[in-house]
Amino acid sequence: MTSDILLQTLASGVLIGLIYALVAVGLTLIFGVMDIINFSHGEFLMLGMYSAFWLFALYALDPLWTLPLTAIGLFFVGAGIYRLVIKRIIGAPMLSQVFTTFGLMILLRGLAQFFWKPDFRMIDKSMVTGHVALGGLQLGLPQVVAGVGAVVTTAAVWFFLTRTKAGAALEATASDREAAQLMGIDSQRMFTMAWGLGAACAGVAGALLATFFPIFPDVGANFILIAFVVVNLGGFGSVAGAFWAGIIVGLVEVMGGLLLGPQFKTALVLALFLAVLIWRPQGLLGKA
Amino acid sequence: MNTNTMTSNQVPSNLTANDSGGWLKLAPWVGGGLLLAAVPLVMDSPSHMNLVILMLMAAQLGVAWNILGGYAGQVSFGHVAFFGLGAYTSTMLAMQFGVNAWLGALIGAVVAALFSLVIGWPCFRLKGHYFGMATIAVAEIVQTLFTNWERAGAAVGLTIPMDQQGWGAMIFASKTPYYYLALGLLVISLLIAWGIERSRLGYYFRAIKDEPDAARSLGISLTRYKLIALAISSGLAALGGTLYAQKELYIDPGSVLHTGLSIKMALVSILGGVGTLIGPVLGAIALTGIEEGSRVLFGGSGRGTDLIVQAVIIIVIAVYQPTGVVGWWRNWTAQRKARRAGKTQGA
Repeated sequence: MTSDILLQTLASGVLIGLIYALVAVGLTLIFGVMDIINFSHGEFLMLGMYSAFWLFALYALDPLWTLPLTAIGLFFVGAGIYRLVIKRIIGAPMLSQVFTTFGLMILLRGLAQFFWKPDFRMIDKSMVTGHVALGGLQLGLPQVVAGVGAVVTTAAVWFFLTRTKAGAALEATASDREAAQLMGIDSQRMFTMAWGLGAACAGVAGALLATFFPIFPDVGANFILIAFVVVNLGGFGSVAGAFWAGIIVGLVEVMGGLLLGPQFKTALVLALFLAVLIWRPQGLLGKA
Repeated sequence: MNTNTMTSNQVPSNLTANDSGGWLKLAPWVGGGLLLAAVPLVMDSPSHMNLVILMLMAAQLGVAWNILGGYAGQVSFGHVAFFGLGAYTSTMLAMQFGVNAWLGALIGAVVAALFSLVIGWPCFRLKGHYFGMATIAVAEIVQTLFTNWERAGAAVGLTIPMDQQGWGAMIFASKTPYYYLALGLLVISLLIAWGIERSRLGYYFRAIKDEPDAARSLGISLTRYKLIALAISSGLAALGGTLYAQKELYIDPGSVLHTGLSIKMALVSILGGVGTLIGPVLGAIALTGIEEGSRVLFGGSGRGTDLIVQAVIIIVIAVYQPTGVVGWWRNWTAQRKARRAGKTQGA
């Protein structure tokens, strides 16, 4: 019986960890390419959730079918924010960079409150509901679908970065901006792409979460800190690292919840984060 | 990946070092101080008074944050932990052992400074963003611990009994004494910051911020001076925490350990001018003005308009005026001087 509970907990930890991984992939992509930490990343996730919600509420389209729409929409949001704002703070002091994205965070939350009210919303009659039995485990179907969706999206980003020409150009810009520019890679285009892709990742994660997580303007706050931790553990800029670190963080969180009580689960993740930050600043999985 | 560009802060720190002192320079300060002391005489409503007190408290916390984040260039996003430790230490000592609030405030400052040294020692191995993120994590952990600590009132919080009142107990029915307390604490904090600016310590701090490698090669222990900056900064933040507790007579993790407050401490410094003496004060005035103005113009919070206005201002300042109000003023006066010099030469 206890081993059942343990397995059940671990499985749910992996599933939520996959979502964390996808959110963090977007964050690490932006950081890797241009050394800017995006404090408004959780708000991209929030926008993804609202996109899924409104397409469902207004046109009765299931969040799963509208996933590509959400991804494209968020790509343009991310790219647009880069062109309008972030472009102007390349090379600025760290504080102005931090406060610019921090200001964006407040702005997006404020806009969401203004247009969509601060209420909690749920998608109640989605296509995927109920539970699925896997071996001896009972898992929520929305969570399983979200986990699978997160894996597929992360794999797609990884494939794009490592197997396509545009992805290689992005990686080249990340490792040496000037050398890449000399090779004829337009870094402005690459930065725009990184912000678009990063926002799209967070948006897809949001849409996947939307079927089983309440939707409200401040929802991003729940995810941004965890995403920071994941990015750190995985090594800044590493997509594969973020993937594995996401799963680790998901597991630590649920195990902490099981052993210490749910109120301490985030604190445990943060303690792990501090420990790794201090003893392995390059991340658990990052290279020295 | 280039991390050097992130850690180096481009706000020129020579702006802060005054070349010549002289008592004459203090005249505007003394005059301003007298004006400030007279403010309660002209305040018509308790709500306006409250607003001014909150402004002074925000300024004081900004000054505290600025010692570490501005002078020494170590940007912390977890300063609320020290503020909260101050508030909780004095409150718990008073409620459980009957310790006087003034003594409690000092003990709170010492507790916060010691705690800051314990966490600063490992965290100062990190630079730039990494240090900032570690401080967020520390603050969140402290918040979780207090939210679950029964003796500290857990999530419900602590209500300070009002059975004793007056200066001895630091509890008052009227707002005016709190105004003077907040003003006094701000002045003390400013004097400490001023003293640091003009002392050897200030030069070490600026060296750590602008030229860490050069400072190290000259034999300055970076960690030691970072720790000194952190201890002073966190002790002052803790004093602010006690003042808050005495003023509100109620504390809980949501009010004194909230991440938003950490951000606000940094924000007032940035709006006003990072690493300058008067910057946090100007920033606190500006931020309080923006917050109140947008609330009055666009209605209360909940509709999000106040957030939108604040956010736009933050973004515009961060993008176009990273040296804050002080930097803008200095640019403006320098340009005007240059233009005048040009004119006299032409004539």
